[in-house]
Amino acid sequence: MSTLTGGQISLNLIDNFKEIHPGLTKREAIEEANRCLYCYDAPCIKACPTSIEIPKFIKKIATGNLKGSAKTILEANPIGASCARVCPTEELCEGACVLNNETKPISIGHLQRYATDWAMQQREPLFEVGEKNGKKVAIIGSGPAGLSAARELSLLGYEVTIFEAQQEAGGLNRYGIVSFRLPTEVVQWEVEQVKQLNVDIKTNTVVGVDITTEELLNQFDRVVVAVGMGNVPHLGIEGETLKGVYDAIEFVKRTKMDELTDDLVGKRVTVIGAGNTAIDAATTAVRLGAANVKIVYRRTKNEMTAYQFEYDFAKQDGVEFRWLTTPTKIIGNEQNEVVGLECLKMELGEVGVDGRQKPIPVQQSEFVLETDVVIKAIGQSRHLLLIEGFGLEHSKGVVEVNPETYQTSKEKIYACGDVIFGNGQGEAMVVTAAQQGKEVAEAIHRSFVLQSEIV
Amino acid sequence: MADLRISFAGIKSPNPFWLASAPPTNSGYQVQRAFEAGWGGAVWKTLGEPIINTTSRFAALSFNGQRVAGFNNIELITDRPLEVNLKEIYETKKRFPNHAIIASLMVEPKQEKWHEIVKRVEDVGVDGLELNFGCPHGMAERGMGAASGQVPELVEKQTYWVKEVAKTPVIVKLTPNITDITITAEAAVQGGADAISMINTINSLMGVDLDTWNTIPHVAGKGAHGGYCGPAVKPIALNMVGECARNPLIDVPISGIGGISNWQDAVEFILMGATGVQVCTAAMHHGFSIVEDMLDGLNNYLDSKGIASIMDIVGKAVPKYSDWGDLDLNYKVVARINNDVCINCNKCHISCEDTSHQCIDMLKNENGEPYLKVREEDCVGCNLCAIVCPVEGAINMVELKQPLPKMTWNERQSNIARFKIDKVAK
Ligand SMILES: Cc1cc2nc3c(=O)[nH]c(=O)nc-3n(C[C@H](O)[C@H](O)[C@H](O)COP(=O)(O)OP(=O)(O)OC[C@H]3O[C@@H](n4cnc5c(N)ncnc54)[C@H](O)[C@@H]3O)c2cc1C
Ligand SMILES: Cc1cc2nc3c(=O)[nH]c(=O)nc-3n(C[C@H](O)[C@H](O)[C@H](O)COP(=O)(O)O)c2cc1C
Ligand code: SF4
Ligand code: SF4
Ligand code: SF4
Repeated sequence: MSTLTGGQISLNLIDNFKEIHPGLTKREAIEEANRCLYCYDAPCIKACPTSIEIPKFIKKIATGNLKGSAKTILEANPIGASCARVCPTEELCEGACVLNNETKPISIGHLQRYATDWAMQQREPLFEVGEKNGKKVAIIGSGPAGLSAARELSLLGYEVTIFEAQQEAGGLNRYGIVSFRLPTEVVQWEVEQVKQLNVDIKTNTVVGVDITTEELLNQFDRVVVAVGMGNVPHLGIEGETLKGVYDAIEFVKRTKMDELTDDLVGKRVTVIGAGNTAIDAATTAVRLGAANVKIVYRRTKNEMTAYQFEYDFAKQDGVEFRWLTTPTKIIGNEQNEVVGLECLKMELGEVGVDGRQKPIPVQQSEFVLETDVVIKAIGQSRHLLLIEGFGLEHSKGVVEVNPETYQTSKEKIYACGDVIFGNGQGEAMVVTAAQQGKEVAEAIHRSFVLQSEIV
Repeated sequence: MADLRISFAGIKSPNPFWLASAPPTNSGYQVQRAFEAGWGGAVWKTLGEPIINTTSRFAALSFNGQRVAGFNNIELITDRPLEVNLKEIYETKKRFPNHAIIASLMVEPKQEKWHEIVKRVEDVGVDGLELNFGCPHGMAERGMGAASGQVPELVEKQTYWVKEVAKTPVIVKLTPNITDITITAEAAVQGGADAISMINTINSLMGVDLDTWNTIPHVAGKGAHGGYCGPAVKPIALNMVGECARNPLIDVPISGIGGISNWQDAVEFILMGATGVQVCTAAMHHGFSIVEDMLDGLNNYLDSKGIASIMDIVGKAVPKYSDWGDLDLNYKVVARINNDVCINCNKCHISCEDTSHQCIDMLKNENGEPYLKVREEDCVGCNLCAIVCPVEGAINMVELKQPLPKMTWNERQSNIARFKIDKVAK
């Protein structure tokens, strides 16, 4: 979130992984809520991918109707508690707030957190399962997209089963986004909300391994593929198997699934890449006690995909950036441990197809960065095996869907979330995944209504 | 889901939230939009001989940056022909048969004028009538509105005339521009009113422009007093509702009006004796959609208290509202400062030191850090420090158990009197 301030690093690692922003006090929330103009046809609503009725939920905070407020949020966005914490709000709702040019925008994210925190403490169920309509839907993946689809389908009366490869449900929210921005309890609560609607979540179940794609298609009326993306791909350079080389997602995951360890204390860490994952990995390394953390990126700050606030946060945490630098080789010692990263200097050339200037190597500019750890954060690979297992059309692993219905090339199979992100399709954000999940549920429902199977 | 339906003097409404007679209820288009948004009823903009309005008409009080803390207007009753209003009332009622539509009326204080208009509005199917004895400006100068509402005999007589012909319930809307509202409320009851509503707007002048010396608002450089409403008038309205509710001679339902902006305000009025509420300024400030949270918030409130129906809380706080003479003189609260929460702004100290009872000491602890402490033996429990304190929970008013039993002023006086009589008897 935009107002994260980094830099407060404790020697006690556990403290470093507690949620950074303490949340608004009651007074702050009421003052902020009363500052909202309650605009008509408000631009903030339009800027929210899930179209949360922002003035409405804020008004309800102002009048002390916190239940109504939380319900307004969660109705539109089943994972509104996570979104309150991880949405790039200045690019979305807060960026559109009419007060930007007047005073300062309303802290919509913080207010959203205030209301959903209340709901979390109450533990009172806010939604009721719809009347059963006899149809069964399988959802593969329990990330934001899968959970959102499951919630909506369940409200519509479908019998929903989620298959999740990991040991815990929640997708990247559970094990990908660092806990100091998104604590595990929040994700667990959101999963719990979906479970309360009689959604069966089968964890530790890999579709394509533990249950075949045919079995799924035989047992369910519709299948939703919400598997997200995979781990970080190989760099394709020498030394990737050395001790001390990590995949950024696995690296962050360890801090969310296992007890924190002190093996990074005092180490020099180099992160490759400059997207959200790289920032999370770098700040995680700082919080694990690393002595020095660098991000190397082959382009410049202007081309990085991380948001400005993430960059600011990393800077506050003391992360160093090495722009126009590309790794060519990871150097190891006799014990197969990383000792350095050989890099090349780059310069920007012609504008490429994606509108960004292409980086080109500067001849003979090799140099070595001394480092004990290398973390790869150059994007995520695709779940090709599963996609092809279902026989879905895709381009480079990005599943192709009808943009209105999210239907894949197979009639009964839908896809949403990161699995359809890429090649100019959508944006890899929690909130877009949530919205797509909702839309898939609507589309599935419409498909049955159209066939008059449900009236 | 609590039951939000009300029956107000026999008028059924899906919920207690009505729009007050004012610009929001000027036309069928508006009232229908309001019903679509969720309002339970509407009191049509006052009907009568059409008048000519001025421009400009409104002004508002911004208080420390909060816009529309109070609102002032010099608008009169409807400026549309009666036939047009009647046609639109008819159409609106037809589209929304279960919503309450009340015709607000104001005519000259003549029996035949009242008879005529009552018949005409009842013919188009209104659910009730509201007699506007309250408009404080313009109409008063013509002997109507507040001019007749300030004279108990006129209130009684006109109510009586209306009751002679009315088939639907008659609500008398009272003006607050009077010393004791229970007098005119009683007069309305005497005249046969089925219900009363309060308050209309309060005489006011919003301001004077420091550069032009014009009044705010002004019409071509001249001003006239207007009517004040909005959040700032709520305490005045709430008292008037409470005073009427606890008066045994005023045994008719009350429609609460004045500064109601959200469900919490509405609950206060209902607890203080109102069977339903009317809203004007809040709707003018934010639009009809504010009713959504009013309904949702009220419903969640009732659910959280385990109350099945809104009608179950009507007047529940009235027994707690009484006269000064019935207050326990031996009850004692004192201020206590929570130094863990206090931010040391010293506002409590200076307010007590300069303007109350000089009992908050500014002290230093052993580390030389400042802290404040109340000398409870000197504290009179006035609440001033807690009122000025900017931090929630920094000052709590705590009850000190007293050795003496409860003793009110009235009990004390009657004891003294009895003591004297005893002495005389002996
Ligand atoms: C480090 C990091 C930080 C991020 N930070 C932010 C941020 O701050 N804000 C933001 O908006 N977005 C952020 N994102 C992006 C965001 O997390 C994703 O866009 C979002 O989680 C996508 O949701 P999804 O449901 O499509 O996929 P995922 O969350 O990836 O969930 C997919 C699920 O499917 C499961 N699965 C995969 N294959 C199978 C199979 N064969 N059988 C069963 N289950 C399977 C996976 O285990 C996983 O649980 C971040 C991403 C990363 C990696
Ligand atoms: C612009 C304006 C016009 C009004 N016109 C009428 C009217 O025609 N008849 C009437 O009975 N009350 C009229 N009122 C008074 C309102 O009905 C209501 O009693 C008053 O505004 C208090 O409620 P509020 O604080 O919610 O605004 C008017 C108020 C305003 C602001
Ligand atoms: S744009 Fe800003 S001020 Fe307007 S409703 Fe949205 S949050 Fe409130
Ligand atoms: S609110 Fe409408 S009618 Fe009133 S001054 Fe503005 S534009 Fe004119
Ligand atoms: S007014 Fe409140 S915050 Fe300020 S010094 Fe007094 S107790 Fe502390």
